[in-house]
Amino acid sequence: MLQMVVCVKQVPDTAEVRINPRTNTLVRAGVPAILNPYDAHAVEAAVQLKEKYGGQVTALSMGPPQAEEVLRRALGMGADRAILLSDRAFAGSDTLATSYILAAAIRAIDRETPVDLVFCGKQAIDGDTAQVGPGIAARLGFTQLTYVMAIDGVDLEKRQIQVQRKLEDKREVIRGRLPALLTVVKDLNELRYASLPALIRAARATITTWSKDDLDLDPASIGLKGSPTSVRRIFAPPARPGGELIPGEPRQAAAILVAKLVQTKIIADK
Amino acid sequence: MAERFEVVVVGAGPAGLAAALTLARAGVEVIVFERGEHPGSKNVMGGVLYRHPTEAVVPGFYHQAPLERPVVEQRLWLLTGEAALTLGYKDMVFAGEPFNAFTVLRARFDRWLADQAVAAGALLINETVVEDLLWENERVVGVRTGREGGDVRAEVVVLAEGANSLLTQKAGLKPDGINTNQLAVAVKEIIALPREKIEDRFNLEEGQGCTIELLGEATKGMLGTAFIYTNKDSLSVGVGVLLASLVRRRLNPNDLLEHLKSHPMVRSLLAGGESKEYQGHLIPEGGYQAVPKLYGNGVLVVGDAAMLVNGVHREGSNLALTSGLLAARTILAAREKGDYSEANLAPYRRALEESFVLKDLKKYQGASFFFDQNPQFFTLYPGLLSRAAREFLTVDNVPKRAKQKRILREITAARSRFQIARDLYSLWRVMG
Repeated sequence: MLQMVVCVKQVPDTAEVRINPRTNTLVRAGVPAILNPYDAHAVEAAVQLKEKYGGQVTALSMGPPQAEEVLRRALGMGADRAILLSDRAFAGSDTLATSYILAAAIRAIDRETPVDLVFCGKQAIDGDTAQVGPGIAARLGFTQLTYVMAIDGVDLEKRQIQVQRKLEDKREVIRGRLPALLTVVKDLNELRYASLPALIRAARATITTWSKDDLDLDPASIGLKGSPTSVRRIFAPPARPGGELIPGEPRQAAAILVAKLVQTKIIADK
Repeated sequence: MAERFEVVVVGAGPAGLAAALTLARAGVEVIVFERGEHPGSKNVMGGVLYRHPTEAVVPGFYHQAPLERPVVEQRLWLLTGEAALTLGYKDMVFAGEPFNAFTVLRARFDRWLADQAVAAGALLINETVVEDLLWENERVVGVRTGREGGDVRAEVVVLAEGANSLLTQKAGLKPDGINTNQLAVAVKEIIALPREKIEDRFNLEEGQGCTIELLGEATKGMLGTAFIYTNKDSLSVGVGVLLASLVRRRLNPNDLLEHLKSHPMVRSLLAGGESKEYQGHLIPEGGYQAVPKLYGNGVLVVGDAAMLVNGVHREGSNLALTSGLLAARTILAAREKGDYSEANLAPYRRALEESFVLKDLKKYQGASFFFDQNPQFFTLYPGLLSRAAREFLTVDNVPKRAKQKRILREITAARSRFQIARDLYSLWRVMG
């Protein structure tokens, strides 16, 4: 039996987000909100482990009341219950304050039943910081396993988990002690096509809401007050210089290409 | 075990949502299936929402709903290649409560309407296609969706599936296949423009909106209309023509839209705008004769699926909302009797006949066929009127009486007085 918590975030659909070039801020007005894509894979991972080892999956989100929608999505994918952390006092939290609040909520869940695994997406597609997951792990003192692309297995006896981490050009197989926090990449799994009974159950479910008073929190560490980060500037990275197009007949073009590759010492001259 | 609800609604557009909201408020267990990612994501409606019929479903909706601009002016443009004969009506009474109409972006409005239905207790299931109806003893007893464990049983199924109404066909309420004379195809673009620019170009005060309907060259003389609607910070620009005309002329709807956008009268309104979205959609324009059988044992049809579109007045959302409301009321009455058989659902048709919905469709029942048979109204007359206006307004020291004679000569050379008299008479017969 595994007690699992998945942190999910409601993010603007970046396919439709624009940056205001004058103020350098995201133009979020009218942009539909979706479940952060990496978080969807985190939910799937937790549900798959539940199906294999038994247990319970709690979806956890911090956000405005509308964030209920992504929690319902998690329920439709097989999470057993959902908790929304919603309070005006949380508004303006940066990654430091957010991980503080989420960690406090996980501690509260842990007091009911000890938590074995926490799942997060590797990063949210709006802020792209990838800091909240590790932040929670550090605060809870959980084993921190980031960029997980495969879960080999959980040893319930030894209280260990073995995962594969996605690195730049290789994968790293490591074993860690439970309780652990995993941040996951999309390669980890294929998202399921939810069954109708699951969707109906999710649509009907009541979502528990916790405010700041339900958690053990230092008021100075949450919201704007607890957020030392200030954003100076957001900008799209400069476009990569375009490649070179070699025109002409295939035979000639190939000859030019080879000459260039030799010239840049990518291939050896024979 | 299949899930059980009292009512299944297929399609979360205005018709389906009006039905679901009304039923949920009355305490009926209702589930709505939407094939799109969310309500509003699959439609192209130009975007005029009428206040009166919408209030029948959600009183005072304009205090909360995401609306673009109240429509204070409606313009009609008869286009020729480089000219336009224009007609319009602007009224500041329409600028304030209780309002007459609003421009809307359906992706936002439908979502809001769905939220109202969900808040009233309806269940909304998105991204789920209803593939078939469940039958027992010649009555509809539920639906089959494309998901695992996807059967849902219900006392009654409301089909609000839109113009491409496959389930209505499967229910045996409508002949199979696509009749290109009964369907129009509409393409639309959302073009972003700063709000001050919109207000300047369309001569609007802050926050107010206008609509332009365009005929003639706007559709290359085909039966149909083009439109330009002002949103808050974008324009909805589109063109809709009968599918049969497009096929006959071998034209592509995209080319038609590009043709419209490049017209000198339209071009200047759109200049500097950024195209944000492009959509295409079918509009049922078969009129009164094409309205299917609207009810059966355990099943009702509403909105576009029921062909409830008034092409002449470019009305649709109001007919959809009203049909959803009337369907819900019929279901509530049948629920009292505990019997959803055909006989108890038949009052739905009578309610529509007694309302403006079928009265208007009946009034214009000959229009589509008439204009198809008499293309001169879209091809010949716009040009004649335009040339007459040009002649009359060109100051060249020709005495006015001589000008009038010249105009009359030109017109009668193109079409005899007798033909014109006959055209006007038959036009009045069809439209009057």
